Amino acid sequence: MLHTVNKSPFESSSLKTCLSLAKRDSDVLLIEDGVYGALSGSAHTSWVAEVLGEVRVYALEPDLKARGLSKDKLIPGIEAVSYDGFVELACVNDKIQNWL
Amino acid sequence: MGQAKKFMYINRHAPCGTAYAVEGLEVVLIGAAFEQDVCMAFIGDGVFQLKQDQDTADTGMKNFSPAYRALGDYEVNRLYVERESLQERGLTEEDLMPLTWEDEDDDWAEKPSIHVVDRTQLSDLIEEQDIILNF
Amino acid sequence: MKFSVMVNEGPYTHQAADSAYQFISAALEAGHEIFRVFFYHDGVNNGTRLTTPPQDDRHIVNRWSELATEHDLDMVVCVAAAQRRGIVDSDEAKRNGKDSDNIAPGFRISGLGQLIEAGIESDRLLVFGD
Repeated sequence: MLHTVNKSPFESSSLKTCLSLAKRDSDVLLIEDGVYGALSGSAHTSWVAEVLGEVRVYALEPDLKARGLSKDKLIPGIEAVSYDGFVELACVNDKIQNWL
Repeated sequence: MGQAKKFMYINRHAPCGTAYAVEGLEVVLIGAAFEQDVCMAFIGDGVFQLKQDQDTADTGMKNFSPAYRALGDYEVNRLYVERESLQERGLTEEDLMPLTWEDEDDDWAEKPSIHVVDRTQLSDLIEEQDIILNF
Repeated sequence: MKFSVMVNEGPYTHQAADSAYQFISAALEAGHEIFRVFFYHDGVNNGTRLTTPPQDDRHIVNRWSELATEHDLDMVVCVAAAQRRGIVDSDEAKRNGKDSDNIAPGFRISGLGQLIEAGIESDRLLVFGD
């Protein structure tokens, strides 16, 4: 399943809820303000980094750039993808859950 | 139309503060006519949507909580409520509206629609769905 | 792949309309089909032709109308949500005694059944919202 999360973990529990319910081997794509969940050195980094062994986490690159976040600011293991990558993730996963 | 798809409507917003709960319920009720396999999940503040004794009179807003009682008549009879979300909010199942449905395969016996499930069970249920909409 | 997209928020206040537009554009570019774009909650506000955003910013409503024309998209505004928020076509205006309509080109007003149908008929349904 592809999960998308569009909320910052500093603002909302959406990312936490998503990660608590996502199954092993899911794809989790952070979009819009959700990309703040990909930041290293934040109060949320350790619990986000912990799940990287179980799920694949991506951040939408246009949303990172829009917010002045360079790829070197991301938690190692989180991949930046373009909208083409978003479309691809939506294709390879049979199901999609957009956490709002 | 082919085989029925499994629809899950996940409710995470409290009632009243936003229109997501009530407009989400409208989708469920209208969608019920399409004979798909429908269930609802209530997570986080969404559990508050099912709280008993909602009285909106002094806010000037319409009280939509009675509409949840219609779900059983529309064959939406699986309302999954996340146990952890209830506990975090100091609620128990007794605080929720006693929503029921009539099982025509069991001599129209009245059965509860609300099923309190833990996070692991909910995760399994979500994984089974074809289409998931968040309200 | 046959996609449908649901847009739950209006233009400008939330990024939802922008994200949806970018996703749809990328999907079309990659050769996928968009079965329907369904606007619900405040998303119906994407369908008013009366916006005048600043000239140096994107014109979200016109962008939708242009995309619909270019790719023959089916863009549906939910009638119940539209009635609440004052998005009106000429039929709705007559039916409800309004003195004008404001629906933008490329949008049509219809019921929630169109959303369910989109879910049934599409391979994937994505939701952009708050």
